[in-house]
Amino acid sequence: MKAMAAALAVCTSFIGVSVVLAQSQTSDKTPVGAAPKYDPAIYAELQKAPEKARKRANPLQNDPDAVAAGGILFGQHCAECHGDAARGGTKAPSLRAAEVQGATPGAIFWVLTNGVVRKGMPVWSKLPEPQRWQLVRYIKSLGGTVPAGDSPVTKP
Amino acid sequence: MVSPCRLVLPGFFFVSVLSVFFPPPAHAQERPYFVAYDHYLEEPGNLEIEYFSTYGTQRGGNNFLAYWVEFEYGATAWWTTEFYLDGQTTFRDSTVFTGFRWENRIRPLKREHFINPVLYVEYETKNGADKIRKEVEGHDVESDFLVSNGEARKEHIHEIELKLILSSTFKGWNFTENTVAAKNLSNSPWEFGYALGASRPLALKASAKRCTFCPQNFIGGVEMYGGLGDRYSFGLRDTSQYLAPVLAWNMPSGWALRISPGFGLNDNSHRFLLRWGVSREITGFGSMVGRLFGGRK
Repeated sequence: MKAMAAALAVCTSFIGVSVVLAQSQTSDKTPVGAAPKYDPAIYAELQKAPEKARKRANPLQNDPDAVAAGGILFGQHCAECHGDAARGGTKAPSLRAAEVQGATPGAIFWVLTNGVVRKGMPVWSKLPEPQRWQLVRYIKSLGGTVPAGDSPVTKP
Repeated sequence: MVSPCRLVLPGFFFVSVLSVFFPPPAHAQERPYFVAYDHYLEEPGNLEIEYFSTYGTQRGGNNFLAYWVEFEYGATAWWTTEFYLDGQTTFRDSTVFTGFRWENRIRPLKREHFINPVLYVEYETKNGADKIRKEVEGHDVESDFLVSNGEARKEHIHEIELKLILSSTFKGWNFTENTVAAKNLSNSPWEFGYALGASRPLALKASAKRCTFCPQNFIGGVEMYGGLGDRYSFGLRDTSQYLAPVLAWNMPSGWALRISPGFGLNDNSHRFLLRWGVSREITGFGSMVGRLFGGRK
């Protein structure tokens, strides 16, 4: 019983600490109730893509199923943070922003592959390369409607 | 003695209750490994609840069924923390709670490289009856398991375990190599072990339709693991070694199933280990708990 009690105590503690850390990592200085804004610098990650990566063409550019498949993948892996319609969520910015829509497919693929680990976006190389390209097709199909730095934050 | 139900059912209970009451699950993309780790961490704020079993044959003794429940939480994009509760049933003997573990995996590099290191630190408090075989290290051999549960559980083990995980992804394949160093804190020597793994989804492109049985939802592979002796007798002598095909099925509903028949490669190894597991990933767990305590809406 002692071991079980200790186990439960440790479990509770670690979940508490982890949650606090997760909160502090994703929290911003926006007052409660106001729409949080994202630092436009987050989009600068796209500019960090090496020239060679930026110039890569999407091998699925002419695949008629790529957008539909990418949409399903987006719903499964990305919508939680970026919002169901990719307009931005509480944790991540809009992917309809001009910075994203104006970026080359190769640059978006590079960010997907490498993540932005220190700012909360995980590495997505766990998805096979063709699936990441399908995601790129879907993201590029959304079109640019929302300027960066003015990201809507509520999930549709 | 604790009845098997008291150990097995809580795992299912946790998974079921959380699945019913928590918001949409994430589509898991679980690797099929049971022993080896790759460099992918849990997504930040997500909680994955996992239940695993190992059935092992025992020459000269009674076969056993060991099981453990894992709570894996993505604290950040570069740190995953995990808590385990372990138990086992030895047939014609008894069922015992064998201990708990707290593990942390940290990704030191910001970007993806050809080889991606992850640092692993684990603290274990368990008794000598532990049989989950989550890792094999030192001179762990089959005959260690001949001791009855009543006798084995009298031994208390506090252990620190370190791993260096080196993992690569190439053309859809994942290759991973884990080096294990473990130290029983009661003045025992450092013990060493390894785990190797390779896996690949059955299809690399996703289907344009939602589907449960699409080949991209299945990941197959193989893992090999074993002990490497201790600091006084490093090497393969008097160690156990295993080879195990692995298969994972990631369902769109958020559930993932894994199965792995393992085969001992030398006389010191269990002839056969059958592992299976079920897991479910819950998105936004951290935010939900944060809101409970008055965090950001």
